[in-house]
Amino acid sequence: MIATLLVTVVPNVPATLDATSALCVVLLCALPLAHAGLAILNTGLGRSRSAAQSLLGSLCVVAVAAIAWFFLGFSIQGYPGGPLHSFAAGSASWDWLANCSPFFRGIQWNDARPASVAAFQIFAVGLAALIPWGSGADRWRLGAGCAAAAVLAALIYPLFGHWVWGDGWLAQLGANFHLGSGFADPGGAGAIHALGGFTALALVWIVGSRRGKFPRQGPPAAIPAHNIVYVLFGCMLAFAGWLAFNTLGAFLFAGIAGPTLMLVPVNTLLCASGAVLAALLVARIRFGKPDASICANGWVAGLVVSSAVAALVSPAAALFSGIVAGATLPLTVEFLELRCGIDDPSGAIAVHGVSGIWGLFALGLLSRLPAGQTVAQLVGIGTLLGLVFPLAYGAYWLLNRVVPFRTDREGERIGMDLHELGAGAYPEFAIHNDEFIPR
Amino acid sequence: MKLAGFGLLFSGWLIMIMALAVLPTHGERVAFVIAGLGVEIIGLVLAVRAHREHVGGQD
Repeated sequence: MIATLLVTVVPNVPATLDATSALCVVLLCALPLAHAGLAILNTGLGRSRSAAQSLLGSLCVVAVAAIAWFFLGFSIQGYPGGPLHSFAAGSASWDWLANCSPFFRGIQWNDARPASVAAFQIFAVGLAALIPWGSGADRWRLGAGCAAAAVLAALIYPLFGHWVWGDGWLAQLGANFHLGSGFADPGGAGAIHALGGFTALALVWIVGSRRGKFPRQGPPAAIPAHNIVYVLFGCMLAFAGWLAFNTLGAFLFAGIAGPTLMLVPVNTLLCASGAVLAALLVARIRFGKPDASICANGWVAGLVVSSAVAALVSPAAALFSGIVAGATLPLTVEFLELRCGIDDPSGAIAVHGVSGIWGLFALGLLSRLPAGQTVAQLVGIGTLLGLVFPLAYGAYWLLNRVVPFRTDREGERIGMDLHELGAGAYPEFAIHNDEFIPR
Repeated sequence: MKLAGFGLLFSGWLIMIMALAVLPTHGERVAFVIAGLGVEIIGLVLAVRAHREHVGGQD
């Protein structure tokens, strides 16, 4: 068995790379920049006493997600044109699950399309798994985070991923029910970000808020980011990774090739630029100063929206989508914390969940895809909200019974670094009181 | 109450799916897709309110 798995599955590799494969390989190699950016951003947004656990956890979560997807997720998700389970209902055939062999068996690595899709997915699943990890910062145990990443990568992500990117029933809404071109999500605003955002909401509800965040009396306590330089550097790093995600996604899932592909990075930049400036302006008006962490989250919210719209709308529409995402982000973050009692240190629910949903809806409104596209997008949004979110909550609720998510009181008091890793992230760090004396 | 919220979320999704599978005309499908989404939003509000009741007191 093991020998069979280890035997190479690439029987006839051409000696030279064609242009398409070369483009895919270059973009694939740039994808992990998004993971790195998000990991550093999440670490900066958390507390200093949990920084090492946060960053190590990011590495572990990406690793576990990749392996779990390789073991099981791939067989559920499959690839366009691959074997699948379907049944007829009404006037249409509904493709619910792929029927691929696990461990990448059966995939032809010398066939550019299935190989590129499979390679894209194994990176994308890691990004999706990183999103809830940031929301559980300062209280989520490393082992439990890895177990949750395995569940996400083996079950939740591949299921929705097949429907969107594996020629599943959501992608077929256009052919079967004349709803535009079917549910469109070239860069993963829904399949990666909204899915990750809703999973983060499920996690936050299960694991609870950080101790002291919501006191018995008075408003919620502000627990500021411990290193805003990490946060802003993470934004810049993530931007490079996002360019690769959006461009490769547009090529693989929207069928865009040639010079038109150059519009994708331009739209990505416009979207993020509009969002960060809108977030800055709204934060300045709402809170008196343009809070740096809100602006950083605005930038990422723009990137999330670009994952939906960058490939399929005009530059002006991309800018507009980003501005809306950025302008609403500070209000959404405030609403979730003050009105909904949600303690989300990384802001993932607002940034990835809400902005991802807006991006999918904006694509339906602003693209020139055939009539009915908005309804197709609404069906996809409804599936994320009505099926993926309850599924994630149920799976995490059960997992929490087996592997308790939350650390104990002592762990939260001394910080996750000392409690779980035995050493702090900044062992020689000293706070000088005079640095904090008002001048 | 949170369970009821999740029940409504799932019911809203079923309404959408059934509308696509069963209803014959585009207009009817659109109406029921929007209705299903409305049920999901009510479910989400219910689940959020249920969570809100248990927040606080962790000093």
